[in-house]
Amino acid sequence: MPQAASTRQPAAGLAEGGAPASLAVREDFPILARRLQGRPLIYLDSASTSQKPAVVMQAMDEHLRAHNANVHRGVYALAQEADAAYEGARATIAGFVGWEPESTIFAKNVTETINLVAYAWGLDNLAAGDAVLITEMEHHANVVPWQQICRRTGAELRYLHVDERGELSSGELAQELARGDVKLVAFAHVSNVLGTINPVAEMTATIRDAGAISVVDGAQAVPQMPVDVRALGADFYAWTGHKALGPTGIGVLHGRREILESMEPFLTGGDMIAAVDFQRSTWNELPYKFEAGTPPIAEAVGLAAAVRYLAGLGMERVRAHEQELTARMLKALAEVEGLSVVGPPEPQRRGGLASFTIEGLHPHDIAELANREGVCVRAGHHCAQPLMRRLGVGSTARASVGVYTEPREIDALAAALRKGREVFGL
Amino acid sequence: MSEDELYREQILEHYKRPHNFGELTPHDLEAFEQNPLCGDELGVHIQVDDGRIADLRFHGHGCAISQAAASIASDELKGMPLDQAGSLSADWMIDLLGIPISPTRRKCALLNLKVMRRAITGDSGWPTGVG
Repeated sequence: MPQAASTRQPAAGLAEGGAPASLAVREDFPILARRLQGRPLIYLDSASTSQKPAVVMQAMDEHLRAHNANVHRGVYALAQEADAAYEGARATIAGFVGWEPESTIFAKNVTETINLVAYAWGLDNLAAGDAVLITEMEHHANVVPWQQICRRTGAELRYLHVDERGELSSGELAQELARGDVKLVAFAHVSNVLGTINPVAEMTATIRDAGAISVVDGAQAVPQMPVDVRALGADFYAWTGHKALGPTGIGVLHGRREILESMEPFLTGGDMIAAVDFQRSTWNELPYKFEAGTPPIAEAVGLAAAVRYLAGLGMERVRAHEQELTARMLKALAEVEGLSVVGPPEPQRRGGLASFTIEGLHPHDIAELANREGVCVRAGHHCAQPLMRRLGVGSTARASVGVYTEPREIDALAAALRKGREVFGL
Repeated sequence: MSEDELYREQILEHYKRPHNFGELTPHDLEAFEQNPLCGDELGVHIQVDDGRIADLRFHGHGCAISQAAASIASDELKGMPLDQAGSLSADWMIDLLGIPISPTRRKCALLNLKVMRRAITGDSGWPTGVG
């Protein structure tokens, strides 16, 4: 593998210093040594959740074996170690995307972070006559909280359309903002269905100029490309650990400090208070004000190990690797008869995934037939039912790549799909 | 292809050319259901005569298993007393399909019973049974 990688040319302008695009890190991921039904595991569902490198498991194991105590309460030495581990992890994780730890909040997942913004900001800042703007390509996590908060406040929920290429229009964003009632715009950095990479910095600048705040769902972006939250200019930027080689149970929210300070807390209880009287309480400082109860300590330690691992690979190289695989995947899929891919045709305009349909073969059956060849792909609406309706499909199959994906696995997918068509007599 | 347990010739035949698919106008009973896992949709129209299913049509879209199950069941359901049709168990459907159904495909196989039961009894739960 390394030999092959060294002869491969990285995509122009992506990899620095002529770094090879292929990462050859398979041995770092214990699960990839598994066989399923007598076949090697071909995991093409990293957009759902990534596999984990051994260093993440080791970091969590080491923390639980040697440094476990609750945080922010103990005076004893072990508790101080736990504090140092948790807050050290926060600094590492925030630094990975160029943000400050004080306004980096840990929650359960992206869904919870968006609910945090929707409730803690929305309930006090939205009213009848206001609008929340989202897009047709959002994951349910970035749809349903806004539906609920609009119902509660009387604000209107409007959508930016997705065009036939699977992209948003900057003209439409400007038009919507010009109506003067939009208070908040929430959108995905990278679509989990279309793969579309939205022009975040350009959009947040337009949104800020219109006096609205921006909320960006970076769940699909942080694992596969360099992300600098400050350069992106978002007021809120959310992502999740388990898609970025880390454990489940930890979501990350970066927020603009002055907005977070102006907000009421979301969940309330232990650890997020300054003082509790019989009738009222005062709130702890950032970020603790938004972390009620015992936080995901071991998970933060695991995620810090994950982002150190990613930083070690170099996010420019990760991006080049995923783009190369995406290009190979788009080409291989195009050669399967009756197959249509949704989203932008150019690999450089999309993240490392492809959603597709095959004429005469339902996505559920595609996933079942691929599974027979040891290939894990997802089938369904991918938590994006409004988008499915917009695309005019009930569901799609989706293949997605990770840092450990190899070109031969893309070829195995294409072969499995061809075989599946044969089973159905197509 | 003959050795394929799940995608037997008969299943694929029903998938490609489903029996009793379409709409019935007029109809006495109707319901519409989605499988929230995969976005499959299935509706049913039923004409009732003397307490029995005189005729029925399924409509919607779904995978080979959900469509074949609806097609195969539709042949059995014609003429069946309503109270019997409304209380069919999961086992009835799985046995009728005659193929191994994994836990993840169970809801595909049972979607048609769910929609039919809803049309007849208003109960929106999934059919139960050992499976």
